[in-house]
Amino acid sequence: MNVELSRRQFVIGAGAGAAGTALGAFGFGEVEQAYATTIRPFKLASLKEARNTCPYCSVSCGMILYSKENPQTKKMDLVHIEGDVDHPVNRGTLCPKGAAALDFVHSKTRVHYPMHRKPGGDKFERVSWDFALDRIAKLIKEDRDANFMEKNKDGATVNRLTTTGLLGGCAASNESGWLTYKFARSLGIVQLDNQARI
Amino acid sequence: MTNSWTDIQNADVVVIMGGNAAEAHPCGFKWVTEAKANHGAKLVVVDPRFTRSAALADYYCPIRPGTDIAFLGGVINYLLSNNKFHKEYVANYTNAAFIVREGFKFDPESGLYSGYNADKHSYDRSEWEYEIGPDGIAVLDREMTNPRSVMQLLKQHYSRYTPEMVSSVTGSPKDKFLKVCEYLASTGNGERSATFMYALGWTQHTHGSQNIRTAAMVQLLLGNIGVPGGGINALRGHSNVQGYTDIGVMTHLIPGYLGMPKDSEVDFKTYLGNRNFKPLQPGQTSYWQNYNKFAVSFFKAMFGAKATPENGFGYDWFPKADRSYDHLAQFEDMHQGKINGYICQGFNPLWSTPNKNKVAEGLAKLKWLVSIDPLETETARFWENHGEFNIAEPSKIKTEVFMLPVGCFAEEDGSLTNSNRAILWHEKGADMPGEAKGDAAVLAELFVRIRDMYKKDGGKAPDPILNTDWSYHDPKNPEAVELLKELNGRALTDLADATGKVTRPAGQQLSSFGELRDDGSTMAACWIYTGAYTSAGNITARRDNSDPSGKGVHPNWGFAWPANRRILYNRASADPQGKPWSEKKAYVYWDGAKWTGADVPDYGPTVAPDKNVGPFIMNPEGVSRLFARKFMAEGPFPEHYEPMESPLDNAFHPKTNKNPAVRIYKDDVAQLGTTKDFPFVGTTYRLTEHFHYWTKHVHINASLQPEQFVEISEELAKDKGIANGGWVRVWSKRGSIKAKAVVTKRIKPIMCGNTPVHVVGIPIHWGFVGVARKGFATNTLTPFVGDANSQAPEFKAFLVNIEPAAAPVA
Repeated sequence: MNVELSRRQFVIGAGAGAAGTALGAFGFGEVEQAYATTIRPFKLASLKEARNTCPYCSVSCGMILYSKENPQTKKMDLVHIEGDVDHPVNRGTLCPKGAAALDFVHSKTRVHYPMHRKPGGDKFERVSWDFALDRIAKLIKEDRDANFMEKNKDGATVNRLTTTGLLGGCAASNESGWLTYKFARSLGIVQLDNQARI
Repeated sequence: MTNSWTDIQNADVVVIMGGNAAEAHPCGFKWVTEAKANHGAKLVVVDPRFTRSAALADYYCPIRPGTDIAFLGGVINYLLSNNKFHKEYVANYTNAAFIVREGFKFDPESGLYSGYNADKHSYDRSEWEYEIGPDGIAVLDREMTNPRSVMQLLKQHYSRYTPEMVSSVTGSPKDKFLKVCEYLASTGNGERSATFMYALGWTQHTHGSQNIRTAAMVQLLLGNIGVPGGGINALRGHSNVQGYTDIGVMTHLIPGYLGMPKDSEVDFKTYLGNRNFKPLQPGQTSYWQNYNKFAVSFFKAMFGAKATPENGFGYDWFPKADRSYDHLAQFEDMHQGKINGYICQGFNPLWSTPNKNKVAEGLAKLKWLVSIDPLETETARFWENHGEFNIAEPSKIKTEVFMLPVGCFAEEDGSLTNSNRAILWHEKGADMPGEAKGDAAVLAELFVRIRDMYKKDGGKAPDPILNTDWSYHDPKNPEAVELLKELNGRALTDLADATGKVTRPAGQQLSSFGELRDDGSTMAACWIYTGAYTSAGNITARRDNSDPSGKGVHPNWGFAWPANRRILYNRASADPQGKPWSEKKAYVYWDGAKWTGADVPDYGPTVAPDKNVGPFIMNPEGVSRLFARKFMAEGPFPEHYEPMESPLDNAFHPKTNKNPAVRIYKDDVAQLGTTKDFPFVGTTYRLTEHFHYWTKHVHINASLQPEQFVEISEELAKDKGIANGGWVRVWSKRGSIKAKAVVTKRIKPIMCGNTPVHVVGIPIHWGFVGVARKGFATNTLTPFVGDANSQAPEFKAFLVNIEPAAAPVA
């Protein structure tokens, strides 16, 4: 952590009424206190902060996320995003995409539940996670059992599966990426690629 | 990026070519602004369009799409023939002095190198090598006058790239081309530096890798690699596309840029033996000599305690690849009905892959498709009919489809790797909507289910699955910290030095890849990430933004691979004696006992300059490569080839118009168009207000740029009777889209000799899902063919036609 007080910390501190030392230094301590109680704290002082990174291009601008608990759902809801002024690359700035990232998180077209479209069907239907995961696991195993190649025609051990493919993302974390890799190679998947190819 | 975003402030000349940083990477572009404002750096933009980067440039030069090698080859010719390169750097830090085998030839008449096999569309590259002496050491001519030296071959090769030739091929006016050469040449002296900033404008060509190589060669000739304000800087397009590449989620990789085993590598010993990086000059570091340590540590991460020296660390359980299964190859297989099931993780291939109609046909042949994505995608809904935007008959499409909800950046802990290799931790700021899970949890749940079925019911070849190490605290939901620790690696037994003293107790996280062993006593999933999560904690979460050197290094902000280096090859910022080339560009230098300076030295920390160890420590030569040896598919020196669809013949060698080493499938050859039907050059790109196909889901961005459009010149609009704001149809041999026309002065006909080439600019961002107005997949138009080395598709230069049209019917 930077030892210097960041602008963000300063704003929060000032908003909560912890500053105002100039008046105190002149000997008006009580006035200062009375004045301080009249100041409504900044809303952001009551929010939970998290440091994050813009999900779009690879400048990877620093962002600060502000959230609070939704009393109905008891979930933490995102209420505001701003550029991280301490970040050495973007220094608090965001482009028109990053500045609107809150609307991305709250997009109406986020997927909320596992959805299933039957062969030949004309709609997606909501299903349970257990249904979806059991079914997909079974489909993968069926394909693997039917098409997995243990040895090639020369008798060399190749242990590969070419009939199930996986196309990896570009905004998931490194940690998810590693688990994706392990998952795919463990099953023998060689049809593996990601957005970097494009 | 070899350098970093903040390092751009040190540049004296910034060249943006094959990219448009002001619009596509706006917050990174501020470092160009800093360089301009603080010390008068000059911005040069070379682009077919007068972009907003061009609008901010000190100098703008137009270029015909797909002719960057002709342009940059001309720069090489200019530097060599006018003696404006950095001689000491070139002589000592590049392979200019190396002698090339007699068997290597280039025929300027045919445009082919020696070893070409026309039937296979590929080269036998065995002769594209150095002359090797009887001692196994490459032969050199330090004077660089031997006609077989790389320097002389280079001069000869690019002597054809005269300013006149460059101008007629690229359409860049000769005076403007020469002015760009002068800007660059002003940096070939160690006193000043130039940086190249590029993006998909260079990669998305059938000669994309060679575009970048040519620029890298220019930078080597100028001595601009390894120095502050220099480098060859890929402005990567997605927040973690760098990380996913590092971790090797690609057909040909094991994490940390290790190679995927091939069928012919029948055991671990053979696999390692083929990766024996013996130095080609005495005493060179040739760091890949440590390959065994990285590979064994990876297999220990993959198979844990089950990986033993006796079983080759589980090598047999790991898949072997008989060919490339890259993205294009996958969709070709799918189109041929050879793929049954497909998982898209945060990927929308129906919109991102060339030839949308071919992709849609392929998806319809799948038995099942899984989309794991925070957003609904066109791919997940490919079977829906959306009129002209997506014609489909759902009842005839038998693919079973799942859409699985996952969290997005704001809803998870984890690290991303930015364009300049800095791994940065981020924290969960909110809960996921509805029933969404993390990406890792979805795959972990699937893995545990599959593994349990193999345990219970048996099945084909269960061993690779049952022996995979999955010893996570919660096997169905591994924590991000656990996974980052695994990427970093730890000691599995006590590690001792030569005297027997324990330097790292068993179980402890490692600090550096220098600690990795090849006997199974260490594990690390991705050796270049060692140092990211050490016994001192999560190094990627560091937030000390101080910059002690004042050179924009910020060494304690996150962790940059490898070994927290912020500028790669930084030993080259000093001369052979270890002294900075100039005070102004001092960065890493020898203080008499060790290497010191602003950054972690990319070099042995106490290797004295008089040991003559080259600064390019990963290469067995110790130096960089102006001559690429056998490592590039179409030749060791980049040569100008036209795009697969081009309005002009190759003026250098009409007999070989296109890249002769391109892989193109039979059906796709038939879908290439010619100028007779498609006289104009299409090129696709991004807008500032949008990001691919995500921000059409975002209310603000959908409001800012609500509707699909294409950009054309006033001249073309007049020729075709197209009104500004009117509807047009744009079509290629593959398909057709409709969009509004923006008639603009920002696009001009490009004059190649006496031939005007008209460009149709095609922004990519609309679709049939989201809150913006419905639009077409621009990749309906693009050809299904990729770069001969990387297989990145040719989105930046292809042929189209255009006419006024009626509005689309949804």
